[in-house]
Amino acid sequence: MAMTLNDDQSMLRESARDFMASEAPVTHFRKFRDMGCKDGFSHGLWKQFAEMGFTGILIPEAEGGMGMGQIEAGIVLEEIGRNLSPSPFLTTSVAAVEALKLADKAMRDRWFPGILAGETVIGIAIEEGVKHRPEKIACVAERSGNGFKLTGHKQFVVQGTSSDMLIVAARTAGAVGETDGLTLFAVDKDAAGLSMEAARLVDSAMAAHVKLDGVQVNADAVIGDVDGGWAVLSKMLDAGRVGAAAEMVGVGTGAMDMTFDYLKTRKQFDRVIGEFQALQHRAAHLYGEMEGARSIVLKAQSLMDEGHAKAELYVAAAKAKAGLACNLAVREGVQMHGGIGMTDEYDIGLYMKRDRGLNEFFGDAYYHADRVATMNGY
Amino acid sequence: MSDLETFRAEARAWLEENCPAEMRTPAKGDEDVCWGGRNFVFQSDAQKLWLERCVAKGYTVPDWPKAYGGAGLSPQETKVLRQEMAKLGCRSPLNSFGIWMLGPALLKFGTEEQKVHYMGQIARGEIRWCQGYSEPGSGSDLVSMQTFGEDKGDHWVVNGQKIWTSYADKADWIFCLVRTDKTNKYQGISFLLFDMQTPGVTTKPIKLISGNSPFCETFFDNVVVPKHQIVGEAGRGWDVAKYLLGHEREMISGMGGDGGVTSIGAAMKAVLTEEPVLRAQMALFDVENLTFRAHGERFMDEWKTGKAHPAYSNLMKYVGTELNKKRNELVMSIGGTQALEWESERSNGGSKARNWLRTKANSIEGGTSEVMLNVVSKRILEMPGA
Repeated sequence: MAMTLNDDQSMLRESARDFMASEAPVTHFRKFRDMGCKDGFSHGLWKQFAEMGFTGILIPEAEGGMGMGQIEAGIVLEEIGRNLSPSPFLTTSVAAVEALKLADKAMRDRWFPGILAGETVIGIAIEEGVKHRPEKIACVAERSGNGFKLTGHKQFVVQGTSSDMLIVAARTAGAVGETDGLTLFAVDKDAAGLSMEAARLVDSAMAAHVKLDGVQVNADAVIGDVDGGWAVLSKMLDAGRVGAAAEMVGVGTGAMDMTFDYLKTRKQFDRVIGEFQALQHRAAHLYGEMEGARSIVLKAQSLMDEGHAKAELYVAAAKAKAGLACNLAVREGVQMHGGIGMTDEYDIGLYMKRDRGLNEFFGDAYYHADRVATMNGY
Repeated sequence: MSDLETFRAEARAWLEENCPAEMRTPAKGDEDVCWGGRNFVFQSDAQKLWLERCVAKGYTVPDWPKAYGGAGLSPQETKVLRQEMAKLGCRSPLNSFGIWMLGPALLKFGTEEQKVHYMGQIARGEIRWCQGYSEPGSGSDLVSMQTFGEDKGDHWVVNGQKIWTSYADKADWIFCLVRTDKTNKYQGISFLLFDMQTPGVTTKPIKLISGNSPFCETFFDNVVVPKHQIVGEAGRGWDVAKYLLGHEREMISGMGGDGGVTSIGAAMKAVLTEEPVLRAQMALFDVENLTFRAHGERFMDEWKTGKAHPAYSNLMKYVGTELNKKRNELVMSIGGTQALEWESERSNGGSKARNWLRTKANSIEGGTSEVMLNVVSKRILEMPGA
């Protein structure tokens, strides 16, 4: 495929760009942050996402969605990133939907309509430690009655307490550290033995610590195959990773554009500071890094959409590169803004906070660079 | 099957039938590369045969029009042909500055007669070209160049000196920037073509830190150049040069090693396993390498459809050359003390060390990294100031 957007994709970008800029700009984010919103996002906005068709962007057309791919989901995510628009899009419409596509029809029928309507939120309960290590999952699912009993804990479950259902990865066989023996479960928010504690993060998103104390689920709660959950998990994680990478392209580009505008207006020593070569070279370097990130993310998305064997390698490289480039953009952004970059009143600091959250989401740049090395045979 | 897939099948069949087996192994070094020209000595019959077959098919310059020695392929077909060549491991039949630099400039600025004559020679590998741009006092500030051509009616008499002329001692002809009007800095430069055997032309190789001498000093002492050997108008050579530099930057930016995405890490696994910090550096390099390949692919797709910024090749040149230097730093670190060897057969004549040193010029030649950043900053980012 050509590494340029086609006409339909360009139109989607225009409509997503207009929508986020008018309905969910940074002022919208600030409003919900300042009111101490317990969800960390607006349910009204989530409904508007549904009206635009965004919530079902990856759901097959036969099941009421738009039947699009990672490139299109990424187009929406870039605009979300550029505007810091808070929503469950990445977790629910990207990661969860990709997992549910591998579930049986009954489960898809149960959850897709709510997602399409912008009424349902799904939390991804994978992480158990401070760093992303999916093969280290220790949460246990024992056979019990007609199904399984889940025991363990999860953390960094974004929008967990706002979720209607959690996708929980648990071990049905094998030892901690093995990829075999994992199983994914759809766990209802009201299940007995499930408790959550919400924590506000540095970027004002809400994430839950989840405790599973003998939570009983039926056999039909299994997504994919028992003991073979790694396949579903990998698909879900890779969709989330490339999605987070696309959102970081938006965050980094937003921070960069804001900073370049500032360089062209701020005066010191009787000159616009953008005239100084020391800043020009850093600006040009940053632009190159963001352009590289944009390119590798597009490459990874198109390989995923093709079902290419190298998609996994490129997704890892894309998450790593987008993380590094976006991080550079927000650091340079704050530094080049000088003192006002440190104030809460200016938006640049909000981008720095969002970058930090997205970098940690489903594995940071170092985790993914390590995977690139492993996949490259060393 | 789409037209493009039909073409792919045809190209594949043609390559399988026509590319000799010896030409399907990677070139080991510059000695294995076919540069063509009057004095070129083929290293093997297979190399000669491969060139002749490609010339007959137009595949030395597949995207050039058929009238000028090409095969008239579309950008998409050219990409497919290169993909198929890469899959079979086919070597490039002919490398030349004529193909990469002069040809595109002639296509845009040359007369019909010049296109047929010079581009045809380039396509057939008959004439090897060198480029006369930099002068001892004019490096990054190229437009300050002094080599002067005095107008003598039907010809110019050229006097002056060029430096960093790649392979001038091996080239047949030169495309050269010559000042023909001392009163006009930017519009007083002309783009002239002349034979390196013209009386008054002499060359002297420059020995580099790599121990090799790919560059020369070139001297002009009353060199007579007929007026019809100009590309574009007199005084407008800077336009041609700028256009051509864009192509040079693309070429250099594409030099990051094997032109592909294959990691060099796997072959170094034994060392990298023992050296976790070095392995981490290699891993981060691989991320950058995959990124650059995707970036180059996207740039080419945007360039072909006219969506790329005209100054974008400056960015690619900066990113690509810095990456290539980083790659060679890693090769040296992983190679350890063995990579220090300069002459031994064991080290293939010090190839790692020599390549490492050679790459230091990547971010200097064809516009330094600092100049590239200036251009990106001013033309793409539209930063204020001179």
